Amino acid sequence: MTSAADDTGLPRVKLDYLPALLVPGLMIVAAPLIGSGSTWATLTVAGLAMGMMIFIIASGLTLVFGLMDVLNFGHGAFISIGAYLALIVVVPLAPWFAADSLPLNLAGLLLAILVAMAGSGALGYAFERVLIMPVYGQHLKQILITMGGLIVAEQMIHVVWGAQQVAMPLPTAFRGAITFGDIAVEKYRLIAVCIGLVVFGAMFLVLNRTKIGLLIRAGVENGEMVEALGYRIRRLFVGVFVAGSALAGLGGVMWAFYRETLTANIGGEVMIMVFIVIIIGGLGSVGGCFLGALLVALTANYTAFLAPKVALGSNILLMVLVLMWRPMGLYPVAKR
Amino acid sequence: MADPILRLEGVHTHIGQYHILQGVDFEVPRGELTVLLGRNGAGKTTTLRTIMGLWKPSRGRVVFDGQDIGGRDTPDIAQGGIAYVPEAMGIFADLTVRENMILAARDGAPDQARLDWIFSFFPALKKFWSLAAGHLSGGQKQMLSIARAVVEPRRLILIDEPTKGIAPAIIENMIRAFQDLKRSDTTILLVEQNFRFASMLGDGVVVMDDGRIVHRDRMAALAGDPAAQTRLLGLSLDAHQ
Amino acid sequence: MLRTLLSDDLPKSRVLSVLLLVVFVGLAVAPFAFPGAQAINTAARICVFIVLVASYDLLLGYTGIVSFAHTMFYGIGAYGVGLSLFALGGGWGAIGLGLLVALVVGVALAFAIGLFSLRVRAIFYAMITLAVASAFAILASQLSEITGGEDGRSFRVPEILRPGFRLFAEPVLGLDISGRVVTYYLVFLAALALFLMMLRVVNSPFGRVLQAIRENDFRAEALGYRTVYYRTAANCLAAAVAVLAGCLNALWLRYTGPAVTLSLEIMLDILLMVVIGGMGTLYGAVIGATLFILAQNYLQKLMGAASAATKGIPLLPQLLHPDRWLLWLGVLFVLSVYFFPTGIVGRLRRKA
Repeated sequence: MTSAADDTGLPRVKLDYLPALLVPGLMIVAAPLIGSGSTWATLTVAGLAMGMMIFIIASGLTLVFGLMDVLNFGHGAFISIGAYLALIVVVPLAPWFAADSLPLNLAGLLLAILVAMAGSGALGYAFERVLIMPVYGQHLKQILITMGGLIVAEQMIHVVWGAQQVAMPLPTAFRGAITFGDIAVEKYRLIAVCIGLVVFGAMFLVLNRTKIGLLIRAGVENGEMVEALGYRIRRLFVGVFVAGSALAGLGGVMWAFYRETLTANIGGEVMIMVFIVIIIGGLGSVGGCFLGALLVALTANYTAFLAPKVALGSNILLMVLVLMWRPMGLYPVAKR
Repeated sequence: MADPILRLEGVHTHIGQYHILQGVDFEVPRGELTVLLGRNGAGKTTTLRTIMGLWKPSRGRVVFDGQDIGGRDTPDIAQGGIAYVPEAMGIFADLTVRENMILAARDGAPDQARLDWIFSFFPALKKFWSLAAGHLSGGQKQMLSIARAVVEPRRLILIDEPTKGIAPAIIENMIRAFQDLKRSDTTILLVEQNFRFASMLGDGVVVMDDGRIVHRDRMAALAGDPAAQTRLLGLSLDAHQ
Repeated sequence: MLRTLLSDDLPKSRVLSVLLLVVFVGLAVAPFAFPGAQAINTAARICVFIVLVASYDLLLGYTGIVSFAHTMFYGIGAYGVGLSLFALGGGWGAIGLGLLVALVVGVALAFAIGLFSLRVRAIFYAMITLAVASAFAILASQLSEITGGEDGRSFRVPEILRPGFRLFAEPVLGLDISGRVVTYYLVFLAALALFLMMLRVVNSPFGRVLQAIRENDFRAEALGYRTVYYRTAANCLAAAVAVLAGCLNALWLRYTGPAVTLSLEIMLDILLMVVIGGMGTLYGAVIGATLFILAQNYLQKLMGAASAATKGIPLLPQLLHPDRWLLWLGVLFVLSVYFFPTGIVGRLRRKA
């Protein structure tokens, strides 16, 4: 704090890279346990694909919490609704998906994704206006109300689409696997990884290169000061909420194709992992959310192979370990 | 002085169950630097936050440029031309110095001439332009916080204890910066405990105690009256000089 | 005498007093007044849920903690007694052993979760309990060699509690005192004792500290209360009572399975009962549980009839289908959180 410090060189900035090393670390540790190299590669790609989907779903939730301290237990509804909305495209355009033609398959998939994102984004807007806005700043009510919203949304899916399981076959061109030597990698998993990377890249650019993105990051840190600079944080928040809901819808479509079946509680299933991910990552941190998603998904895939019965417990164990190391998550967000 | 830029009339503010401001009346004349003095807990910070709309007044009027802004939302008040430098500085640690300044310049990219002017007082900001603001020292953060408030001309700047915990050399630069601002007809309301700093800059002075204004004066008069200083500021002066 | 039993926490509203009295008397004479299997089933379910909901209110209403793991503790109790009876046969020793193991496991788990997540950040608690409870439910259905999986386990209870048993040779007041009736009164008396015990706890100095913490974290901390310690203690106590409620449920049903103990649906039922009855007052649990279970039993039938009656109209039959019971619960839940945050008891007390 002396004036001399102003004249010396740049302050030594410590980059906090330790959490990022956890992902390759986990891969390396798992390798000898699994033994077979090709199995390891398959599991790793599956884990990365799953991690990307969870990240897409979780990123909106973590930002929503960071910006306005809103914990949305109903986020899972957007996943389910997104997946079911895709049916609007998938069912009538079934020939496109069944055709052995990459452009037709791709067009169908993109259309399904667009419809799902638009629909879940619109639902997100309604959700924010009707359910969340009246209870800003009241955590207890927020948790209860959003939970109620989740139930209503899931039940409405039953009402509209019926309670039975729906098949969600993959487009023909994305079925099967590509083999590298004796390593077989399913095509759809590669696509999931690619979509995930694109979303992460786009989000990174928006958050770092645009004024809106800067405002979101600033708002997560200190919303009051953003307002004192003359910006409306609520408008920003609604935008993030809608975008986050749309992304959850995208994640829902990808997840449904991944499992090739669809039930109304698909959102609830994923949400358990999503909560673990955003806690591990540090509430409000997009980078932490990305790492957390990869860690959770890789752990889930490795343990599903090594010890299938305890696979779900493994994620909770992972969460416990991370929080013992860093009680506020991998990348805690500096709050006022 | 006719038509002050800011006038508080009987302002009461409650925070939860606590009644902090209990009828605050004072004026901030245009183009002057008004110092708000008082011991800890007198309600100075609450006064600034009430003007800024961060607390809503429960009674009374906050008249800015002829309009009652009491109870308006903070962004509206900020867009009306009031800038705020909070006591905790409110810098965005995760953003770079440059990004902090970009957000402060509401009307577009920061004006280069204006930036050069800011750098002439706070050269460290230029040096650390692309560094995350969280890595700055306390004094540098304070410079950044003030720089954000002046990156574009504002009609009124509220500054909360800028010298708190800051090294003397930086305070000298701050004094020069504020004197320069005064020459450009900027109106400032400054909360301060450091009387020497306050007396070098202040035109008018307002003293608060227990949520009320207890004294209004010209700074020169108070500075020349040690008895009044002791009576009004007592402990706070001993503690800070 | 009554004052002492109720720990000086009187209903403070004439209507509420009458309602509570009606519930109490109704439950006390249920086997005699309402013959038939469904009536006594409903009454026993109400007894169990009053205890379960009141213990949840200890967390939500008195301490301000949102937990989604309460059914997990309920399930631990039910599985503890159930699996013990299944493995060791229907003796009192098996019940005692199951109870003891369930209590130890439940409290230890509550202690671990509480100490861990309450220390980290209160907001984590809801998410962490949801994750842990879901993992537990999946575990219970996966370890089918032990738990019976999705099908659960049916088991034998001690002689005196079996339906074929007759306590007296002659009917009393026109009712055969079968093992079912004995079991019912066991459940009823245990529920009554547990409820009065909880009433004592919330009106003790300990209970007042909990409420102080709920009102203002920082101030309670500043007054020198270790809030984490108190919260963890409340968490363990609530878990222990939930375990006991689970035991009662297992004894009554002579069956244990995931659907009747661990499902998220039951968690939502509990939440709804607390909110409808009134958070932060144990009497709310009595009113909430009673009304809810009565409505659940009789309204679902009504919905079935309405669904059949509206056949042909688009969407309406689906909306009114008995399986969509949860939809209306969700709507009701959201509305009551908005418009009746103090619940029925809060409303009645305000009028008084």
